[in-house]
Amino acid sequence: MIKVAGLTKKYAGITAIRDLDFTVEKGEIVGFLGPNGAGKSTTMRILSCYLPATSGRARVAGFDVASQSREVRSRVGYMPENVALYPEMRVQEYLEYRAALKGIRGRTNRQRVNAVKELCGLRDVERKLVGALSKGYRQRVGLADALLHDPDLLILDEPTIGLDPNQIRQVRQLVKDLGKRHTILLSTHILTEVEMTCSRVLIINRGRIAASDTPEALAGRVRTAGGLRAEILAPAAGLETALSALSGVRKTDILPLEEGWHECRLRTDAGHDPRAEIARLAAERRWPLRELGQEQVSLERVFAEITQAGEI
Amino acid sequence: MLTFLTLLNREIRAFFLSPVAWVVLFFFLLLTGFNFYAGVAALNRGPSEVTVVEAFFNTVFFWFGFILVLPLITMRLFSEEYKMGTIEPLMTAPVRDSQVVLAKYLAAVFFFIVLWLPSLLYFVIFQQITRVEAGGAAGPYIGAYAMLLLMGMFYLAIGCLASAMTRNQIIAAVMSFSIIALLFFMGLLSFFILSVTPALRELTAYFSAIEHMSEASRGFFDTRPLVFYLSLTAFTLFLTFHVFQSRRWWS
Repeated sequence: MIKVAGLTKKYAGITAIRDLDFTVEKGEIVGFLGPNGAGKSTTMRILSCYLPATSGRARVAGFDVASQSREVRSRVGYMPENVALYPEMRVQEYLEYRAALKGIRGRTNRQRVNAVKELCGLRDVERKLVGALSKGYRQRVGLADALLHDPDLLILDEPTIGLDPNQIRQVRQLVKDLGKRHTILLSTHILTEVEMTCSRVLIINRGRIAASDTPEALAGRVRTAGGLRAEILAPAAGLETALSALSGVRKTDILPLEEGWHECRLRTDAGHDPRAEIARLAAERRWPLRELGQEQVSLERVFAEITQAGEI
Repeated sequence: MLTFLTLLNREIRAFFLSPVAWVVLFFFLLLTGFNFYAGVAALNRGPSEVTVVEAFFNTVFFWFGFILVLPLITMRLFSEEYKMGTIEPLMTAPVRDSQVVLAKYLAAVFFFIVLWLPSLLYFVIFQQITRVEAGGAAGPYIGAYAMLLLMGMFYLAIGCLASAMTRNQIIAAVMSFSIIALLFFMGLLSFFILSVTPALRELTAYFSAIEHMSEASRGFFDTRPLVFYLSLTAFTLFLTFHVFQSRRWWS
């Protein structure tokens, strides 16, 4: 659905993205992750034909974004980061106008407008002026607009930004549902969002693709070189020497808790799981052990590791 | 074509949905109404060979109102969309750049026509009350209003170009006002320069909006201003199209 090769975009003086290569297959929900200023919006704007690339090629649904721009635009539903709308129009009016602009006229116009209003929960506000809508409703109008022409590809630039927790949940559910029929590329820096909705993650950092995999596989990469956590009642010095001596332990951190308890954080080499040994050790020395477990590796950690190079 | 009509429809509606348009319309009518009154008052002073139509279209008030209102019509066309960001959904919809430029321009021309249409009523009312011919024949009316439209088309195109260049409406208005004023006063150049050669006078007369209107409102038809304004309009719109297209490279 999307084929990007050697895509580079330079603004006056700065390179927003350099030599980007990636593909998105039909039916995928791809999460586009990256810190602020990594080039997510720039890439999405190029794919939706709003900005021209400095060099490189991008094809969407088999059409080139530069030379066959109108073909691409009629197949892409794009929701920009800041949804800008004409404040003097009513919601109904605006959607009808947008549908007509996308070549949907006559009876189909009304049908599509009704369908997306239903889908995005805009029934209650259809008579309202767009300028009087809250941020959440504006986002929904933007999403409804992107869906009007039933596009092959949806490009959503931070669709949940500025929404309240309930709305965020609704939008995520909506994206998930839409993913059954559309290919979706969505950007965000909320990682749980990606874990919940996306089938693949593209991490972009400083204008380059830093990683591309399923959320689980990415988390797994960090888990193999994993972390353990234990809470033991024992002197710190004794814990330090005993735990460091275990095979496969790379790094030990002992943090004091209340009343002599210590929290022990261990980094282990890949393939080592010394949890059983720790339990035996504690039993032998008669150290009370109240907690022992593997640390949950969230995508957040993966993200931090990839974008800040090291230090987990 | 249908896409173009959709765009044009929105642009025209945008004019009348904004309070600015109604304020402009109101004060503009006030100004032209006063101009009409002043013209008739001047004619009342004594016998004259000038018709009411001629008096209306050749006063300082007329020119003042005419020039002043043009930047107000065009300044928001592109600048507002750049500023609000609505240009992004607009240009990611399957529309051609040329369609957008033309729709915006024609909407401005439409508003300009709406602005001037009520002034026709002045002459009708005048004739109803005084039983005196305001124009004498159809010629002066056709001439004056056709010239009004021709000049308006060119000056609106300038405003369109200015608006396509900036996201700031004030800058767009100042730019277009300055260029229109410069073009206008170029026609008056021969009055300011002391040593005028006949050739220079003829040249400036060719550019002079005052000259054009004075001729047209007497019912004279001249193809030179027709060609002059139409070709410059086309050229300015062509420039607007290119400025609009190139914007995505330097935005």
